[in-house]
Amino acid sequence: MDLASLLNSIFNFENYGELLVLVQNSVWAGAVLGLLGGLVGTFVMKRDLAFAVHGISELSFAGAAFALLIGVDVVLGSLAGSVVAALLLGLMGVRARDKNSTIGVLMPFGLGLGILFLSLYEGRAANKFGLLTGQIVSVGTVQLQVLAGAAVVVMLALIAIWRPLTFASVDPDVAAARGVPVRALALGFMLLLGVSVALSIQIVGALLVLALLITPAAAALRVTSSPPLVVGLSVVFAVTATVGGILLALGGRLPISPYVTTLSFLIYVVCRLIGGIRAKRGINGRVLRSEPVPVS
Amino acid sequence: MTPVVSLRGASLTFGKRTLWENLDLDINPGEFLAVLGPNGSGKTTFLKVLLGLQQLSSGTAVLDGHPVERGSRRIGYIPQQKSFDPDTPLRARDLVGLGVDGHRWGVRFGAATANRRIDRLLELVGAEEYAKVPVGQLSGGEQQRLRVAQALATGPKVLLCDEPLLSLDLQHQHAVSSLINEQCREQNSAVVFVTHEINPIVDYVDTVLYLAGGRFQVGRPEDVMTTEVLSDLYGSHVEVIHTNGRIVVVGVPDATTHHHEDAHAVAGEVG
Repeated sequence: MDLASLLNSIFNFENYGELLVLVQNSVWAGAVLGLLGGLVGTFVMKRDLAFAVHGISELSFAGAAFALLIGVDVVLGSLAGSVVAALLLGLMGVRARDKNSTIGVLMPFGLGLGILFLSLYEGRAANKFGLLTGQIVSVGTVQLQVLAGAAVVVMLALIAIWRPLTFASVDPDVAAARGVPVRALALGFMLLLGVSVALSIQIVGALLVLALLITPAAAALRVTSSPPLVVGLSVVFAVTATVGGILLALGGRLPISPYVTTLSFLIYVVCRLIGGIRAKRGINGRVLRSEPVPVS
Repeated sequence: MTPVVSLRGASLTFGKRTLWENLDLDINPGEFLAVLGPNGSGKTTFLKVLLGLQQLSSGTAVLDGHPVERGSRRIGYIPQQKSFDPDTPLRARDLVGLGVDGHRWGVRFGAATANRRIDRLLELVGAEEYAKVPVGQLSGGEQQRLRVAQALATGPKVLLCDEPLLSLDLQHQHAVSSLINEQCREQNSAVVFVTHEINPIVDYVDTVLYLAGGRFQVGRPEDVMTTEVLSDLYGSHVEVIHTNGRIVVVGVPDATTHHHEDAHAVAGEVG
């Protein structure tokens, strides 16, 4: 394959208008998942759960592979896998260090199970690959409705616990002293996270969930510390990455996930650069009356 | 005067270990109580009882006429200084905002009211200059000023302070403890101040609760902080020296606990 044909397979915008109509549902699905990922991601960052997201997605993959093997709905399997994993993590590891070792133990086990189920499966090979790298080209109307419905439920639940969850995430001791149910909120959030991971896997696949649930929020954190701005930017970044990724993928012959992850990554790099420049200039919102004080 | 905090026959035991037994204690509005004692003597557990996070083994604990309960608005809680991750999406004013309405469900509606309240609290502790700085980039002393503002958000009748001066340099120790004292004198709040080092607050303390070896002594500082009383509490000879308005306790069995302040002053923070 020479460079021209390689480029042609990445970017090819012939008949773009006709294609766009065909994948309308996918674009909507991408937008919904971007919104969800952007919102949930801010709490993933506040609670230092990036590694947990990865662990949950591997078990979600195992669940989906098992569903494929026994001929049940794959989405259901992936949902079951990630919710079980999320609740398990929520129950087992209270402190970050415990949590990380628990995840480290669960993750390879989940991945191994997934590979086992897939090798036992004798159906179409494309189904196998899709679980890991995502496939959103063919989203039916019913599927989209179910996805949007589930996402709305998760988002409403998240909004309902927004303030106490923020308090419990960033300042747990004082939150407990104020009577905030820190432990219950932690479990509740893990449940929401499990569902979000399962939904996101539909578009980017088990391996790349981090691009939806971590990268946008992490990018937002590089450029601001204002809580409302972090949420806003995180959502904008995530939706840009998913919708933009799908629109770009239409022009090529490749899966959607590389487009989504690349956009997501580029946004992060730009935010990091901006954050770095601001840190160098010492811009952090402090009102200086006299000489700047050296910061250790 | 009706006491804000009232303990009657309060005992706390874990298995065979007794932290204290039959503690009767009244704390009046505007009273500054220091809770002293070596590590592991139950100082922090004492606070947990008042916060409703720890059940007494026997006896009663009443706060402002009600049995202690979790999450009471009558309590302001000031924790030890802790380091925030530099990435924490929280500015100084947001930390104070958590004290204003962080415990409520849902998201914040009517931000104007909350913002006015936060501005007033920031002004009270002199933190306007760094109101928009991420908490991870603040010095320990600045963080503890914010903790005072956060704790005052509900207009509490009791301030519970858990080693709030730990790891601060002397200048910030003074600033933070005098803020707490102002609240005590001017707003008539009771203060329960857990510390292993009485000197930074020695001018403010009305009453000392000294916990050691499963026993306690309550009284005015000059009555409790004496060679006889502390020797009796520790069950071995302890020398209490009063010099230049400072109190130095020498010969405590678990000697390391009383040199903490100095160790931290050396390691003190910059900025």
